[in-house]
Amino acid sequence: MSALLFFIGAIGAIGGAVGVVVLRDPFYAVLALVGHLLSLALLFLLLRAEFVAAVQVVVYAGAVMVLYVFVVAYVGEQEVSFGDRLRRGGGPVGSGLRLGAVLVGGAVLVELFIALLGSGLKAIDGYGAGYAPGPRTYGTPAWIGNLLLTRFLLVFEISSFLLLVAAVGAVVLARRRGGLGEPPAELTPLGLTRPLGTGTMAEGVEGRVTPRPAPHAPAPAGQSATEGRVPPQTPVGSASR
Amino acid sequence: MSIAWYLAVSAIVFALGAAGVMTRRNPLVVLLCLELMLNGANLALIAFARMWGNGDGQILAIVVMTVAACEVCIGLGMIVAIYRRNLPIDVDELRELQG
Repeated sequence: MSALLFFIGAIGAIGGAVGVVVLRDPFYAVLALVGHLLSLALLFLLLRAEFVAAVQVVVYAGAVMVLYVFVVAYVGEQEVSFGDRLRRGGGPVGSGLRLGAVLVGGAVLVELFIALLGSGLKAIDGYGAGYAPGPRTYGTPAWIGNLLLTRFLLVFEISSFLLLVAAVGAVVLARRRGGLGEPPAELTPLGLTRPLGTGTMAEGVEGRVTPRPAPHAPAPAGQSATEGRVPPQTPVGSASR
Repeated sequence: MSIAWYLAVSAIVFALGAAGVMTRRNPLVVLLCLELMLNGANLALIAFARMWGNGDGQILAIVVMTVAACEVCIGLGMIVAIYRRNLPIDVDELRELQG
């Protein structure tokens, strides 16, 4: 039974990884990664790491992947075509780069196999240390919490600080730089009390008198004779322009 | 299954992620392949923790998940910032470090 579950998990994990690398649409790549993470959680369960498997499913396959899906939906697919890339002169592209990447990946794989499986450790061929199921044994949340708050307390605090820094950094990076378009009109006491069309410097620069609401802002007595003839919306400073 | 099988799976996943980081041009998918590499390392850590029967590997795997979450946070923030400036979302096109 354990062998069958292992092969299901392993095939799912490797298949999901191949899907992430091969699939062209980023959305399908994210879905393949979700499948990969779920299969990996199954492998973690087989290795008696129950708490880590639960964290993997809830935090990783749940929250982080939702973040990915949001960004993929926001950014969308902006694939630059191959001919466009060639015309702009974009360095080594296409099959040569892909072949090189596959070669380097194969070299990494061989090296990892030599390092991990050829290490001569006798315990690699075993089934792990002794395990007795119980409420506070290996891999349970109580055991992990006990370790995190006693022996690895410094690690715990440093990771919390790292999360804080990352959250602040993401907000700073992704903030709006161009502003929100038109700034909201400010309500100043001067703008409320001053009657419109009284020849302020702003109106002179603007070049036009805004239409004046007649009952609220009666013109001063001396100016009413000259200004009354000027119709609203007449450019005042048009001669200078 | 013996521990060696788990280590083999982790090596394969890590190599696939490394090949993906070098092949893909969309920075979103590059981040996904980075996640693959981190997960391969996580699987090896947990396999070794099972092998020795103590908790150091599992704690380190949880810390790796934390670091991966931070990396995703910053990386996606950068991608959104690139998108807002109307730059091409393509690693090859973004090879100049100028505003």
